[in-house]
Amino acid sequence: MNILLFIVAGIMCIAGALGVILAKMPVHQVLSTVFNFIGLAVLFLSLSAEFMAVIQMIIYGGAVMVLFLFVIALLTARKDPMERDHGKLTGQTVAGWAIGGGVMAMLALVGIIGQATDKPMAQVDFNTWGTVEHFGMELLTTNILAFELTAFVLMVAVIGVVILVGRQKA
Amino acid sequence: MPEASMSMYVALAAVLFTLGGIGVLVRRSPLAILMSVEIMWNAANLLFLAFARQHGNLDGHIMAFLVITVAAAEVAIGLAIIVLLFRKKDHADVDDIAELKN
Repeated sequence: MNILLFIVAGIMCIAGALGVILAKMPVHQVLSTVFNFIGLAVLFLSLSAEFMAVIQMIIYGGAVMVLFLFVIALLTARKDPMERDHGKLTGQTVAGWAIGGGVMAMLALVGIIGQATDKPMAQVDFNTWGTVEHFGMELLTTNILAFELTAFVLMVAVIGVVILVGRQKA
Repeated sequence: MPEASMSMYVALAAVLFTLGGIGVLVRRSPLAILMSVEIMWNAANLLFLAFARQHGNLDGHIMAFLVITVAAAEVAIGLAIIVLLFRKKDHADVDDIAELKN
């Protein structure tokens, strides 16, 4: 909850996001995404969301990013860049940055203005709140539907991927 | 040291979300766009967890858990589609992907 921790982790997140936008090599993009995810995991911990921080590291930083790396290693292990005529559509790039920057300024300003009417965080017991035990109890009793929905979504993903990619004889 | 307040988390989540949005707008490789979308998912997750912490109940955590699951499923299917696109042609600029146009 220390402000210094928040600033360091926030800078990590923003640097990672900027790296994804600016890097030319796909592998560098993956690395900066992982950087972003580590910063986010630290922020989750600072919100006393232990289980979510661990999940963030294992699922995002581990599984999802390894999946990205496999696809990059399989498909783009060569010299020429993936984006055709990179840098020709400069007008669109500038417009994208301008629109994004405008929305960012607006949203961040809302956050900063909101500081005046900020409500304090609820008092919780850090030893038990947000731990695996607490989360599991909540997920498997009160929110059992969400848990079952998770299983369904993952099943759909598996079947979809098998149908999409595994059809060829080769 | 003062503590980080709620609106700092909200502002950071807004900045991360729009950075992801800029990535979707500016980049033209499908892999970069997928990663930017991941960053946007995560910004939303940060908001869920921050508000869960503020109100002191775990519903936000459940929602963030669902978001992570859906994001993992989306990445699996999205990467499968990208693999299919690469099988068809040499490079995969999103401008080239217009098979559904006609």
